[in-house]
Amino acid sequence: MPREQGMMSWKNLAPGMYILEPGNSVRFKTGDWRSHRPILDKEKCIKCAQCYLFCPEPAYEEDAEGYFICNLDYCKGCGICASICPKGAITMVLEEA
Amino acid sequence: MGKKIAKEVSIAVADAVAQCRVDVISAYPITPMTHIVEHLAELVNNGELDAEYIAVESEHAALSACIGASAAGARTFTSTAAQGLMFMYEMLYIASGFRLPIVMVIANRALSSPISIWNDHGDVMTMRDAGWIQTFAENGQEAVDLIYHAYKVAEKAFLPVAVNLDGFIVTHVVEPVELLDQEQVDKYLPPLRMKYKLDPKKPITIGAIGVPEIYTEARKAQDEALKASYKIVVQAWREFEKISGRRYNPIETYRMDDAEVALVLIGSLAETAMNAVDVLREKGKKVGLVRIRLWRPFPMQDFLKAIGKVKALCVFDRALSPGATGGPVGIEVRSALYQSNKRPKVLNIIGGLGGRDVTAEDFMELFDRTYSFLKARPRFSYEIYGVKE
Repeated sequence: MPREQGMMSWKNLAPGMYILEPGNSVRFKTGDWRSHRPILDKEKCIKCAQCYLFCPEPAYEEDAEGYFICNLDYCKGCGICASICPKGAITMVLEEA
Repeated sequence: MGKKIAKEVSIAVADAVAQCRVDVISAYPITPMTHIVEHLAELVNNGELDAEYIAVESEHAALSACIGASAAGARTFTSTAAQGLMFMYEMLYIASGFRLPIVMVIANRALSSPISIWNDHGDVMTMRDAGWIQTFAENGQEAVDLIYHAYKVAEKAFLPVAVNLDGFIVTHVVEPVELLDQEQVDKYLPPLRMKYKLDPKKPITIGAIGVPEIYTEARKAQDEALKASYKIVVQAWREFEKISGRRYNPIETYRMDDAEVALVLIGSLAETAMNAVDVLREKGKKVGLVRIRLWRPFPMQDFLKAIGKVKALCVFDRALSPGATGGPVGIEVRSALYQSNKRPKVLNIIGGLGGRDVTAEDFMELFDRTYSFLKARPRFSYEIYGVKE
């Protein structure tokens, strides 16, 4: 038997491959092919939310203290947050293999 | 029942589209479909048709606007020809992939280059694989009837339908045409109800990415939907016959009962070919004609039944597929035959390109050649007819 590669039966697809459940993309973890990860230095962070606003994913979430923390399940490692941070508080570091 | 009125076919087609109560018309006029959308624009402008006419900047945008409107639940119409269809190309596959019931009239016209405004099937044959239901009209009455039918089918199958009319030969001819009464159209064509549509109250995603783990399944589902539309197409013609008295089938035959040699073609040339068949029948030749009205999904069983026990077929293509094993219809026919036990000889002729006239005499000559071909060795190729050496 060849390897089963299909995600689901064609019979169970909605017509036109529509996605009928809104917001189900949270279930798809897109962070597993990242080559660099952002590291936040809370000493430098001024909680300005630029990283949160500019993240294209969006992977940043505000925590209880008001810091914006990157959810690595979704972060693709593009580095926009590190680039936009006015205080240089985010550094991109190479992911270990 | 409506009255027979002499009308330019383009105008009659536009009137039929209006009778179908379209919500959105989006088109970029191009010869030879211009009169159709001009007349629709006039109807909208005069307040006779309550629809949105979107004057777009290109055919790509014309079909895109229809796709957006259709996804939001509107009944849509567009029309194009030749270069316009080429410019629309990317969106053709999206319309069918999204399963949208868009209706488009293609006024068949030859492709550039060399530039030509005249009729052949080179334009539509390129969209053979685009996943649309495709029908071909022979004359004005059929053109009008195929419009009503197209909406009926599109909105049951949730697939786009392309109705093909030979440019000028059908579109610009003044013919006595009988339109349905508005009440009949309304009964035949109830308001469009989309099971899924773009609605802020009930959000869905249309056009998600098909990763390798799902693309094949999505395409399989589309293929099954197009194949399953065959029954819807036939059923819609049966219902149409009940209200109009006019009967349509996927494959039309003419004097095929005991035929030993038959011509196979698509579109308006069938009327000329029937004259040739009549003349040869008078002379005792057992010839007949098979016309393909439904091109996609290809009605293979109907076709195989229609050719009966013929010994040879002359497949007349009005499109060239340079370097292929035949014209598009020729390839289709040979493939269908190979899947059956029938093995008539197949002479594949490419002709009537770019408005080149094909007369009854031409068809008589082609019948003669098909007869002599009976004794010849099989040839698995094609020939361009009437080329001046």
